[in-house]
Amino acid sequence: MSLWQDAWHRLCRNRLALFGGVTLVVLAVACLVGPWLMSTGYQEQNLQLGASPPSAEHWLGTDVLGRDMLARILYGGRISLAVGLCATFVSLTIGIVWGAVAGFFGGKLDAVMMRIVDILYALPFTIFVILLMVFSDAIAKQYNLGATWNLLILFAAIGAVEWLTMARIVRGQIMALRRQEFIEAAFSLGLSRRRIIFRHMLPNILGPVIVYTTLTIPAVMLLEAFLSFLGLGVQPPMSSWGSLIKEGADKMEEYPWLLIFPGTIFSLTLFSLNFLGDGLRDALDVRASKD
Amino acid sequence: MERGTLSTRHLPGAGPSIPASVLRFIASRILQAVPTLFVLITVTFFMLRAVPGGPFSAEKAVTPEVLRNLEAHYGLDKPLFEQYTAYLGSLLRGDLGPSFKYPNRTVNEIIAQKLPVSLEMGAWALLVALVFGLTFGIVASLRPNTALDYIPSAVSMIGICLPTFVLGPLLVLLFAITLGWFNASGWYGPSDRVLPAITLGGVYAAYIARLTRGGMREILSQDFIRTARAKGASEARVILRHALKGGLLPVISFLGPAMAGIISGSFVIETIFQIPGLGREFVNSAFNRDYTLVTGTVILYAVLIIGFNLLVDIVVVWLDPRLRHQH
Repeated sequence: MSLWQDAWHRLCRNRLALFGGVTLVVLAVACLVGPWLMSTGYQEQNLQLGASPPSAEHWLGTDVLGRDMLARILYGGRISLAVGLCATFVSLTIGIVWGAVAGFFGGKLDAVMMRIVDILYALPFTIFVILLMVFSDAIAKQYNLGATWNLLILFAAIGAVEWLTMARIVRGQIMALRRQEFIEAAFSLGLSRRRIIFRHMLPNILGPVIVYTTLTIPAVMLLEAFLSFLGLGVQPPMSSWGSLIKEGADKMEEYPWLLIFPGTIFSLTLFSLNFLGDGLRDALDVRASKD
Repeated sequence: MERGTLSTRHLPGAGPSIPASVLRFIASRILQAVPTLFVLITVTFFMLRAVPGGPFSAEKAVTPEVLRNLEAHYGLDKPLFEQYTAYLGSLLRGDLGPSFKYPNRTVNEIIAQKLPVSLEMGAWALLVALVFGLTFGIVASLRPNTALDYIPSAVSMIGICLPTFVLGPLLVLLFAITLGWFNASGWYGPSDRVLPAITLGGVYAAYIARLTRGGMREILSQDFIRTARAKGASEARVILRHALKGGLLPVISFLGPAMAGIISGSFVIETIFQIPGLGREFVNSAFNRDYTLVTGTVILYAVLIIGFNLLVDIVVVWLDPRLRHQH
C-alpha cells in the first residue's frame, strides 16, 4: 500500500473529517451550479414582497428588497470560496518559494529571510490589511475601477499576510531533507538545483503543505468575512457571506432569518474545513511541523 | 531538547537569578522591536498620504481658499518628506498631532478618551477566556476520554469555528432581543459588559482550553510527576505546584497572539454592541481618512502588541529552564 492509499484509508475512518469533506463538496457544487438551476436570480427584486420568512416559494426567505436569500447565499458563497481559494493560492506560492529558498540555501540568506518573517509575525496584520483596503478603495474611486479591482486587492492583501507560517513549515522540512542521503546522491549525480528542489524535495514536503493549505483556507475566509463585515471587503453589488452576515446583523431584530442562514452556512464551512484539515493532519501523520 | 532537565526547583516564587543569556535575549528582542516599529510607522504614514483625495476633499462646501488655509494649518502644503520628519519628531515627544476630522482635538486626547473603554472590554474578554479556558482545559486533562473531556472539546471546536461577528449578533438575538436579559447595545451598566466579553473572549477560551489540555497531558505523563506522586504528594499539590507551571507554558505563549486578536476583534465587537471605544474609532477614522488619527492608532496598537509579545517571550523563557540554556 502506498503512502497516499494508507492516508486515504485513515482519513475515511475519521468520521468528522469525512463529514467535513462531504459537506464541503456539497456546498461547493451547490454554490457553483445552484445559481444556474434556480428560477430567481440573486439580484431579482420583489419590492411588494419585501422581507418574508422561509416559505415554499423562497426556501430561506427573502431580504428587505424581496431578493431570494437562497440565491444570494449561493452566489455569495461563490465569492467567499473564490476569495478563500485564490488568496490561499497567493499565500501558498509566496510561502513555499520563500521557505524553500531559505531552507535550501541556508546560511546568511536563510538568517536574513527568516528574520524578516519574524519581524512580520510581530506586526498587527489585520490592521494593516484594513489600511490596504481603505487605500485601494480610495484608488478605485479616483480611477473608477470596478468591483473586480477591489476583489483582486482583497486576494493580494489577504494572501500577502497569510504566508508566514507556510514559509516556516516549508523551510523546516527542506532543511531536514537536505541532510538526507538521497538528496546528497542527487547532488553527487550532478543534478541541477532546480531539478533537485522541484523533482526531489517538493514532492516530499507535500503532506505538511496539503494539511496547512486546508487550514489556511478557513483562516483566509474568516479574514475576508471580517473585512466585509466592517464594510471594507467585498463591495456591492457583489456580496459574500461576510457582507450577507453584516446585512443580517443590521436587521436581525425584525428579520432574524437574514442573519441565521448566512451565519449557519458560513460557520458550517469553517467547521468542515477545520475538521478536514485536522483529519488530514492525522492521516498524513504531520506532527509538530512548525520548525 | 532534553526532557529530564525540567526540574521542580525553579519555581517562580523561589526567584531564580536571571542568567546573562536571558538578558541578552531580552536585549536582542527589544532591539528587534525598534526597527519593526520604525518600518510600520513609515509605511503607514506614506501609504495614507498616497491616498488620492485629501481629508478635506469630501467637504464640498469648502472654497479653494479655505482649503488652502486648512492645508496650511495642518502643514499639508509642505513637501511630503518634511511632513514625515516633522511627524517623526513629534512622535518622539509623544505627540500624535491634531485630528483632521474633529476640530480642536488632538489624537492624544481622543485616544485618552477612547482607549480605556477598549482596554476594559479587552480585560473582561481576557478574563472570560482564561477562567473558562483554564478550567475546562485542566478538567479535561485530568479526566481524559470521559464526558468531561469530550464535551468541552466539542464545545471549544464550535467556539473556534464560530466567528465573533456571527456569535455576537446571535447572542444579542437570543439574550437581549428574545429573552430581554441584557441591553442589545450600549456601554452603561455592568450588565452591558457581559455579552461583549463572552463574544470576544469565547474564541480564546476555546483555544486556551485546547492548549491547556494538551500541555497538561504532556506534563502529567512525565517522570517528575510520577516521582511527586510516589513521594506521597496530594493530587492537588501535584497539579498546582508541579504540573501547572510547565503545563501552562503553551497558554502563556498563546497570550501574545491572543492580545493581537482581541485588539482586532474589538473593531467588530464595538461595532456590533455600539461601544464607544478605540476600535470603532479606528475603523471610522479609516473611512474618514483622518490621517493622523489612523496613524496614531496603528502605532499605538503596534506598540501594545509588540510590547505584549516581548513580555510573553520573557515570561516563557523565565518559566522554562530548558529555554534558558538555549538562548
